[in-house]
Amino acid sequence: MIDLKDKLVLCLGERDGIAAPALQACVESAGAEVIYAETQCFV
Amino acid sequence: MSVEGVVQPVVRSAVFSMVHVPGIVLSGSKPRREIVHSKNGLRQQIVSNFRSFADAVAYPPHQVMLGNLPPEALSQIERPWHLHPMPNALPEGPGGRFIDEATFYAWMARGDCARLLRFNGNLPPAMETALAAHANGAKIQKIDKTAMADAIVNGAEPFFMGDTNPVGVLLPAHDEDESLMAPVLLENAAAKVTGAIALLDLLKKYNDLPVDHLLGCGEEAVGDRYQRGGGNLAKAIGEMAPGSIAGGTDVKSFCAGGIHAMLFGAALIASGMHRRVVVVAGGSLPKLGMKFRGHLQSGYPILEDVLVGVAIDLTADDGISPILRLDCSSFHRLGQGSAAHQMTDALSAGPLYAHHLRLSDVDRYAVELHNPDITEPAGSGNVPFNNYQILAAIAAKKGEIKREQMPEFVASHGMPGFSPTQGHIASALPYLPHAIAGLTTGTMKRVQFVAKASLFLGRMTGASDGASLLIERNPSLISHQQKKGG
Repeated sequence: MIDLKDKLVLCLGERDGIAAPALQACVESAGAEVIYAETQCFV
Repeated sequence: MSVEGVVQPVVRSAVFSMVHVPGIVLSGSKPRREIVHSKNGLRQQIVSNFRSFADAVAYPPHQVMLGNLPPEALSQIERPWHLHPMPNALPEGPGGRFIDEATFYAWMARGDCARLLRFNGNLPPAMETALAAHANGAKIQKIDKTAMADAIVNGAEPFFMGDTNPVGVLLPAHDEDESLMAPVLLENAAAKVTGAIALLDLLKKYNDLPVDHLLGCGEEAVGDRYQRGGGNLAKAIGEMAPGSIAGGTDVKSFCAGGIHAMLFGAALIASGMHRRVVVVAGGSLPKLGMKFRGHLQSGYPILEDVLVGVAIDLTADDGISPILRLDCSSFHRLGQGSAAHQMTDALSAGPLYAHHLRLSDVDRYAVELHNPDITEPAGSGNVPFNNYQILAAIAAKKGEIKREQMPEFVASHGMPGFSPTQGHIASALPYLPHAIAGLTTGTMKRVQFVAKASLFLGRMTGASDGASLLIERNPSLISHQQKKGG
């Protein structure tokens, strides 16, 4: 388990998996700061 | 379900044109970019892994595209599927037909209204034969090797038939306009021609009613420097068809364009404005060879070597064809969220539950039907399976099934992916021929088509898009079959 409080986080999401906004919401709720968030589509 | 005064739209047919174009793979976005920077013979590695036309035809997922094999049959064939070609495979079926590369170039000549194509003065015999048979009398302009080399230096895009010598080039249409550069025009011309092949095949199949309107739903961007992407390819496609087609418009929403266009076409018919609307799209040239790295690493042939066009016939109720339930369709709304479960809830469960239907009441779901043999070697996962897992999870969350029944739900309401990774084509549309058969001569009652679009790729929004459409057995057909049955 990693403590995300005050950590800087890059969120790389995937369209058919977990999108970047969902990752962002999760890590921010754990106290991290998101410095980059992007969703990719691989098809 | 019919509403008084509203015409019931139906989907009568869907025809795919599948064009085997290994030589054009080299112009695909990924191979093109990587070959330029490669110092270790990457181009030759790619060319050495091209497959033959016969192998592409016999490839089991392609036989599903043509309608010669049901999607479920792929579950019984060991993967990777290219190791298990179908014996005696035909290049045509109820879902469309396969065309070889030489024939495609002849169609390119036929569609070259701007006269930008130049062919090599010394062409392979197969190419000469194809030009004579399929160029429809178009003037074939040939140039010698030196002129071709000069043209390439000056921005022309070469195209190939396997070996290293180009069989022709497409010239740029302007010296400085980025929207009219040769690679862009080749992409647009390939989309136009593959869409036109599908449209003409559809019109050969059904030539009873005039086409009132064409709705283009491809992902190409036609236009010049003052309206990049603002163009209308539907009318350009229609121009290649015999007779008169009243009009055409393009509908754009990345991969979801096809379902959006079907919804709009159905609405035009329901309103009484048109009796017959055909949704058309050509193939996506930039996506050729998109996953080539994964295929080379896995020892696979280059599997993304096929352009796919489509023509979908929408008409007023004929009493037989499956009905398009506009009242049970859905557009993804701003604010509904772009996460996979939010999209599925909004597009699949939302319209069904609003009409007192459960997810389990739908026989099959047509989702993003990308062939996993293409995507998995490149680390992109099994896209349709992931989509069906989410659907099953939503069904479990809503209490329709127990959590342990999810695999059963996926197996009975889903299907293996079988579509080439052609973006807007792969988004649900390839199941149309199977759904139409299942809802008329088969035993199915309803199929939901769901498409998603990655709007965020254009950097103008962080949002996604999507649309869904429920297609059902025609009530007139049900009462006819009930009378016949007893």
